[in-house]
Amino acid sequence: MSSSFMADWVYTDVVKDHFMNPRNIWDKNENWEPDAFGEVGSLACGDQMRVGIKVFNDKIADIRWLTYGCASAIASTSMMSEMVKGMTLKEAYNITPTMITDALGGLPEHKFHCSVLGDKALRAAIDDYLEKNNLPNPYKDATAKIVCECRNVTDQQIEELVKTDRATTLEELQELTGYGTGCGKCKKNIEHIFEELRHIYGKS
Amino acid sequence: MSTNKLIYMDNNATTRIAPEVVKEMAEVEASVYGNASSMHTFGRVANSLVEDARKNVADLLECSPSEITFTSGASEANNTVFSIAKSLIEKKKGSRIITTTIEHPSIIETVKYLRTQGIQVDMVSVDTEGRVRMDELEKLMGPDVVLVSVMTGNNEIGTIQDIEKIAELAHKAGALMHTDATQAIGKIEVSAKKWKVDYISMSGHKFYGPKGVGVLFTRSTAPFLPYIHGGEQEHGRRAGTYNTVSIYGLGLAAKLAKEGLKEEHDRLWEMRERLREGIINNIPDVIVNGCQEHCLPGTLDVSFPSAEGESILLMLDMYGVAVSTGSACATGSLEPSYVLLSCGLDVELAHGSIRFSLGRYNTDEEVDYVIEVLPPIIKRLREISTR
Repeated sequence: MSSSFMADWVYTDVVKDHFMNPRNIWDKNENWEPDAFGEVGSLACGDQMRVGIKVFNDKIADIRWLTYGCASAIASTSMMSEMVKGMTLKEAYNITPTMITDALGGLPEHKFHCSVLGDKALRAAIDDYLEKNNLPNPYKDATAKIVCECRNVTDQQIEELVKTDRATTLEELQELTGYGTGCGKCKKNIEHIFEELRHIYGKS
Repeated sequence: MSTNKLIYMDNNATTRIAPEVVKEMAEVEASVYGNASSMHTFGRVANSLVEDARKNVADLLECSPSEITFTSGASEANNTVFSIAKSLIEKKKGSRIITTTIEHPSIIETVKYLRTQGIQVDMVSVDTEGRVRMDELEKLMGPDVVLVSVMTGNNEIGTIQDIEKIAELAHKAGALMHTDATQAIGKIEVSAKKWKVDYISMSGHKFYGPKGVGVLFTRSTAPFLPYIHGGEQEHGRRAGTYNTVSIYGLGLAAKLAKEGLKEEHDRLWEMRERLREGIINNIPDVIVNGCQEHCLPGTLDVSFPSAEGESILLMLDMYGVAVSTGSACATGSLEPSYVLLSCGLDVELAHGSIRFSLGRYNTDEEVDYVIEVLPPIIKRLREISTR
């Protein structure tokens, strides 16, 4: 088959580059000691992510990561690790999957959920850093987004309830937060967020 | 990293059409355009090609040409059989269908649909090698069963079922027996005569014929109802203008499959074993899925713990090697292969599975190339893995 027949790759060239040559891998032989680290996902879910950070002057001085995951997960974490170097903790905390996928030149729609682990693991690492050093964590609540207007439920509230096994079903989630009991408009979105989070934290 | 070599090891997804088949199809395509149902010369010429193909398929399956119906593929053939079973249940000829948990989606999804229509379908489970649990099947069997449907060889793990024995069980209970032989054709003997099954599904493109054409064998004594209505083609069994050239191509492929069966089987098995040994000897911690004793000769399904399937697939693709994976990441769903999960595999191992399916045009050199490029890929992915 001649090269003129070669079909486009599933992913963009940037994704391909980061997938084949991932940056800032946490080499087990490197003896790299992080100041803090975060881990999300599970092997059972097919994707797991570990991010370690070094912090200097309230900025991400260095970062390393490992993943059991697909090409999108590898590429988006690699890109994220490049983007956050030198950022303040606040800036790094506010990085979103959309910012990462934009930098990658986009991901196929059904692969988007594979790209949300990197920034989640990073936030977990920053939380870990602040906790370890007895520092206040002003970012956690500031990045929360209201997903149910009527009952003032935030995505982070849901995340916390999923993470700690307090909400293992939608019924439990509703009992605890009252989501969807007002106008009901948020229901579909919250159910989606809930499933996504359960997947990320290895609960489903 | 780039390579000029392209190596196709995804023959269970589809095969390259045989050059000799393409050549004859192209000649016919350019000259034969009559409607095979027409009475005039143009129609009769086209019809002779269809009947030629019917004879070739009947020879391959060891049945009568009148028992062959051409369809658009195995999915349509499978749907037709289940729609016949549904009608039988609606006519109170029985109340249940039995099939397995590892069938092709054209059966699994049809079962889901039939259940919404109030039809009871029991799914027999398989053991860790993907073999149907016979004790469970025997327990489920009863006089109210109208149809038992079990695939001959599995598309993912290659496990072959004892269709002859299952057909005997089905018939003893008074049920009809169907087997989806799509993956088995051209690799092992598939015989309507020996197996005494009532229905067999198959598809042209899995054995070096064209895509978009398949076959449903229906024993002359078995009930039939059309799935596609609207014409008298195939004696009223399947409406739609004859796909003459593709049907002819399928017939040619069937002829080649019959002639070379033994040789092809042995060659594919030797290559498969060469690949299996090369992988387990050069990569630590590998799990070979399926059944070593009853396995389609070209199929090798392997799990690599700590390496994810889509990543392996895409890395191999960089080296020009085409394979499949049971990882959810390759399909966009969150669930990995239901076939591997049915065999009791851990979710992680299902995510890390790769299917190599060898075919007629693969060579030992290609197998050796894969054995050379695969170990560093797995090593690299394990290095960046959380485990």
